[in-house]
Formats: sequence, structure tokens, C-alpha cells
Amino acid sequence: MNELIYFFNYVVIAGSVTGCIYAIGAVGVTLIYSILRFAHFAHADMMTLGTLAVLLLTLAFPHAGDPLGLPTAIVMLPVGMAITSLIAVGIDRAFYQPLRNHGVKPIVMVIASLGVTLMLQGLIRLFAGTGSQNLYVDARKEIFRIDVPGVTRPIILTEPQIILFIVTVIAVVGLHLFLTRARLGKAMRAMSDNPDLARASGINTKLIITLTWVIAGSLATLAGTLLSLDVAFKPDLSFFLLLPIFAAAIVGGVGHPYGAIAGGFLVGFAETLAVFNWSVLLRPLRDSLPTWLELPNNLALVGTEYKIVVPFFILIAVLIWRPTGIFKGKVI
Amino acid sequence: MNSTSNTPSSGQTAPRRAMPKRELVLFGGLAIVVLAVFATMGPAYSTRMLVEASCYAILALGLTIQWGYAGQFNAGIMGFVALGGFSATFFSIPVNHEFWASDLPGRLGWVLLAMVVVTALVFGISRLDRIGVPKLLRTTLAIVAGLVGYLVVISWLRSVTGDIESQVEFIGGLGLPVWLGWIVGGVLAGGVGYFIGHICLGLRSDYLVIATLGIAEIIKAFLKNSDWLTRGTATISPLPWPVAEPGDVGFLTARALYLSVTVVMIAVIFFLLHRAYHAPWGRMIRAIRDNEVSAAAMGKSINRRRQEIFVFGCILMGIGGAALTSFNGLFDPQGFLPLNHTFLVLVMVILGGPGNNLGTLFGAVLVYVIWIMSGPMALAVMHAFVALGSHWFDWQPGNLDSRALQARVFVIGLLILLVLRFAPRGLIPEKVAHHD
Repeated sequence: MNELIYFFNYVVIAGSVTGCIYAIGAVGVTLIYSILRFAHFAHADMMTLGTLAVLLLTLAFPHAGDPLGLPTAIVMLPVGMAITSLIAVGIDRAFYQPLRNHGVKPIVMVIASLGVTLMLQGLIRLFAGTGSQNLYVDARKEIFRIDVPGVTRPIILTEPQIILFIVTVIAVVGLHLFLTRARLGKAMRAMSDNPDLARASGINTKLIITLTWVIAGSLATLAGTLLSLDVAFKPDLSFFLLLPIFAAAIVGGVGHPYGAIAGGFLVGFAETLAVFNWSVLLRPLRDSLPTWLELPNNLALVGTEYKIVVPFFILIAVLIWRPTGIFKGKVI
Repeated sequence: MNSTSNTPSSGQTAPRRAMPKRELVLFGGLAIVVLAVFATMGPAYSTRMLVEASCYAILALGLTIQWGYAGQFNAGIMGFVALGGFSATFFSIPVNHEFWASDLPGRLGWVLLAMVVVTALVFGISRLDRIGVPKLLRTTLAIVAGLVGYLVVISWLRSVTGDIESQVEFIGGLGLPVWLGWIVGGVLAGGVGYFIGHICLGLRSDYLVIATLGIAEIIKAFLKNSDWLTRGTATISPLPWPVAEPGDVGFLTARALYLSVTVVMIAVIFFLLHRAYHAPWGRMIRAIRDNEVSAAAMGKSINRRRQEIFVFGCILMGIGGAALTSFNGLFDPQGFLPLNHTFLVLVMVILGGPGNNLGTLFGAVLVYVIWIMSGPMALAVMHAFVALGSHWFDWQPGNLDSRALQARVFVIGLLILLVLRFAPRGLIPEKVAHHD
């Protein structure tokens, strides 16, 4: 049983945490893709930017969350989301819109987004340095140990993880309601299906584009902050987040928000399962194994240092066998 | 970038036509800048800068054929540079006799053999449906065999590499001439490019960007963590040069000799690319870039041609990376950075003129000079800012050097955006000939 609890702690919980983060990130990427038709590479840096905004707010008011009993960063999250959305819309107006008006190829937009990536990275590191910082300023991360009867090892959950699960569910449900019920959400789906038809039927496409950036910026802030609450704020995370997020978006079918959520969890769990040391689970069977079969100490599929290989291979596999993704994305 | 057909129009091939004014002015200005650097920083430093710039020019020529000729964007130049650098290192450094005297090479050989056997086995199982095995059973069998085989081989490999690290530190090199390593580096990079291109080139161009970005990080992670092969973070130095070493003939002469080697390489590559560009093959490549559908209607094999040009570009990047690493004299996997080895090259190409070899060369040298000079400049600007900041806001940031580096990241990003916005065809645009 101890081994199962170990498995639960290190695979189920850890996988859900990474899955949530990738899912929220991938939804943002896929929304931008379906409205603006290009792969937005600066998304991971938008996550970092949003986290930085939250971090600065937390540093400014370290005890704002105390009356509510929540970490200050969570209380500051809406403000950070608003700031990041503003910046995202500003970036669009300053850099993407002129290119869009010129009617450039999507790949040029991709290069522009790489330029934005570098700009944001430079700015973030200019102000925040390159070291990691804890988002718990003047506070302590609470850790819950849930004892399971008959087992010595407890299930371990931390406060940010619980918050992460709750917030992810709220965000997903909210996004679903918005896309299916709200007028603007329906307009957004219409525009992703057929931009010309949407424009012809009187949908304000400019407003929709702005709205897309607001949603993408908010979701990016959400994902970045929740990730940083769980671990720490690292300014140089972006290139390592980029690949899993894009892999998640493509696995789920580009332009497909629900697919992106599924893809996020798939990639998250695949990563955790791949770096999990399976020999721990097999240890109780050690005595019953035949003698010629010696159980190695390390039975992980890939070492932790090669974690980035996992999303890459998922990506390659999907591109080979099903380039439209599991849920049949629209555009290849 | 909207050419449909082209004739030799650059001043280089048609000797009777005068060199166009724009190129003359720009190259004249560049020469003045380089001379100014020579005057202020001394010849040894400036020659080093020129050698590095020439290595970057090879990388930039690699990207210009991918992006400029064919419209494929490669965001993983760093990975190909690292591969080239590794190959140059592995071939040129002295042999580790301790390793070869032990039983470790044999064990490593067995592991490699097992790898080949497992791969062949899995491949064979995946073909079982040809002899009537149901497809579902075949897939299951192939996956199980692959997984088990992989686990066995990887744990075996882990034990061997662990022994190598603890007994002889790393496997050493081959002690062969450097140029062999450069060529093999190009071949390795081309092989990886073939693999990536094979998967992504038929799909939307965005996927290629993602895949190349990913493979670059993977190559870096592999080289960084394979201590048995590359000593990892412990780095390998010194690396031999293909010409006389600075220790024998002095810094300036050695660097000048190295520069002559790279310049000859660039001249050869330039000549070949120039011929290719104006040949029917180059015309076909541009036709595919500009209008895929009509090119396909003319019976051109689009994916094959794309694959070709992508692999060619990767080979150039591998060779350029090998030359760059050898010159630095230090193989440090952590020293390969997306900024220095991917985005800098990108700026060189889009600023100089994608699809125009001369423009690319110009961009490479100009951007590299600016890049090198921007280090001290950024630091000075940072000092000024901090002086103001501490005066007004009481802002006291630490480690200015690393922050100044980050300011350069910002500037490179901004430069990419400005060029795309205001000079999308570069300073020396690709020449499009019109036939009326």
C-alpha cells in the first residue's frame, strides 16, 4: 500500500498539477490560434510576465490576503490578470496589428511573436534578475498530510495545489459557459470558424481580437501564478514551458479549447509517468521474481533532466499519425 | 519576397554591370565600421571578432537558404550549432588511452549493438501485419517490445556510462584532424534536419518552428547531461585548430590564418549558393515558396525540394557551428543559448535581406559587430539608468553585468519586430527580375 500512496503522490497529484498548468496554457495558445491564425510563441513569456505582475503586487502588499485566509498572490491575481491583459492588448496594437494589416504570411507573425518573446524575456530579467523567487512573501506554504488507515505514508497535498485544482475547474467551466452562452463567446466561435463570414454578419472583429488577448493574457497569468505558487517564480522558465504547451495544443487539435484541456492533461501525465521510477512499484514483488530477473534501481523511462523529450515525442507522434490532433482540429 | 522568375541580376555575376549603389554604400559603411573597431580595440581583438562574424555568416547563409529561398523558418539553429560543435570537439581532441585500454569500449559497443538489435526487432514486429498478423496485435506487440527493449538497453547504458564516468571520466576524442570533425558535424546536423524535415515539412510552417525549437533544446539537454561523452558542465578545452595554434605563432597570426580558412569556406559556399540560386533548381525553389499550388501543378515535387533545401541549410549550420566552437577553443554545452545562436542569426538574415546572399553576409558582419560592441555599451547605459534610478526611486539592483546582458535580449527582440514592420525585405533585398 505504501507504494500505491507513493504512486498517488508522485504521479496522480504531480501529473494533475502539471496537467492543469499545461491545459490552461494550451487553451490560451489555441484560442489565439483560432482567432488570429498564428502560433503565438510569446505565450510562455506572457505567463512569466503575469506572474511577475502578481509577484510585484504581492511584494507591495504582503498581507492583503490575511483577512481572507488565502495567499496574498491569489488575492492579487485578478489585478495581475488585468495588468497582463492590458499589456497583451498593447503588444497586439503595437506589433501584431500593423503586420496583420499588411497581410503578411502566418509564419512572419510567428517570427514577430518570437521577437516579442525576446523583448518580454529581456524586460522580465532586467527587472526581476535571473534567480528564482518565492511567491509566498512573509507567509508559509501550508502542507496537508492526509493519513490513510493502515498505511504509514500519508497523502501529501499543498495549499497551492488545492487552489490550483479549484481555480482550474472554475476557469474551465467559466470559459465553457462564456463560449457557449455569452453573445461575445458565440461571436468568437463564429469568427474562429470563418472570419470573413463573421465580419459579413456584423460581428465586430476588432473587439473579438481584443477580447481574445484579454482572455489569453488572463489565462496566462493564472497558469503562471499557480505554477509559481506551487514551486517558485523562475524568470527563465519560458522555453521549457513552450514545448509542452504547444504539444498539448496540437495533441488536442489546434483551435479546439476542450481538446487543449485534454491535451494538457495528457502531456502532463505523460511527463510525470515517464520520469517516475517504476522500480519503486515493483519492489514488493522483488522476492517473488525469478532469480535471473534482477530489478534495476532506476526504472524511469527518461531521467528528469530529459523531461523535455517527452512532449517532443508526443508532438512528433501526433504530427506523424494524426496531424489534426485527437479531437480533429480545424487547421493544419 | 514575391518573385516568380529570376535572372542573374546581382552585380556579382555580371561583371560588365557596375556594382549597384546601395550595396556599395552599405559595404563601404561596414568597412568603415570594421576599420574603426580595428583602430579602437586593437588588431588581435578585431580579428577575433571577424573570425566569429565569419562563422556566424556561415550560419546565416544556412538560414537564408531555408528562410529566404524556401520560406521555411528554423528556430533551432542552436541545436545544429551544438551538434557541429560536438562533432568538431569529438574528432579533434586527443585520444583518452585510459578509456581504450579498459574493457569499457567493448561494453559500450555491446550496448550500441543491443540498441541496433532492439530497433531492428521493433521495426520487424511493426511489419508483422504483412504476414497476416492482425493490426491491433501487431501494434500492441510492437509497443510492448519497444518498451521492454528500451528499458533493458537504457538501464544497461546507464550502468556502462556510470562506469565510464567513475573510472575514466569521459571517453575522450579521436585525435583526428579538425576539418574531418567539421564535415561530420555538417553531416550530423543534416541528418537531424532530415528527420525533422521529413515529419514537419508537409504540414503548416508553424509546426516546423515548434519542432526545431524542441529539437534544439533536446540536443542541448543531451550534450549537457551526457557527462561520459562530453564531460557535461565540466567543459572540454582546449580544442585544436585547423591552422597553427596561437601558442606557436602568436595570437594575431593564428587568428588571421583561421580567418583565411573561414573566408575561403564562405567564398566556396557563396559561389555554390549563387550558382544554385540562378540555376533552374533555385528557380524551382522560389517558385514553390511563392506559389505552391502552381508549382505543384507544374509537376514539381514540393516536399522533396523542401526537404532538400532544409537539409542543405542544416548542413551549413552544422559546419558553421563546428568552426565557431573550434575557434572558441572550448566546448561548453551550457554556452549554447537560443539568443546567441538562434535569434542573433535570425536578426542577421532578416536585417541583411533574406534570400539575398550578399545581403545576408552584410547582415551577419554588421549585426555581429553591433552585438560585440553592445556589451560594453549596454553596461554603460545600465550604469546611467541605475544612477538615475537610485537618484529618483532609490532603486539599487545588483549584478549589473547579467542585467546588461538581458538588455541586449530586449534590443534583439525589438530589432526583429522593427525590421519585420519597417523593412520586411531587409537592407539589401532579394532582387526580383521582371520580364515585360
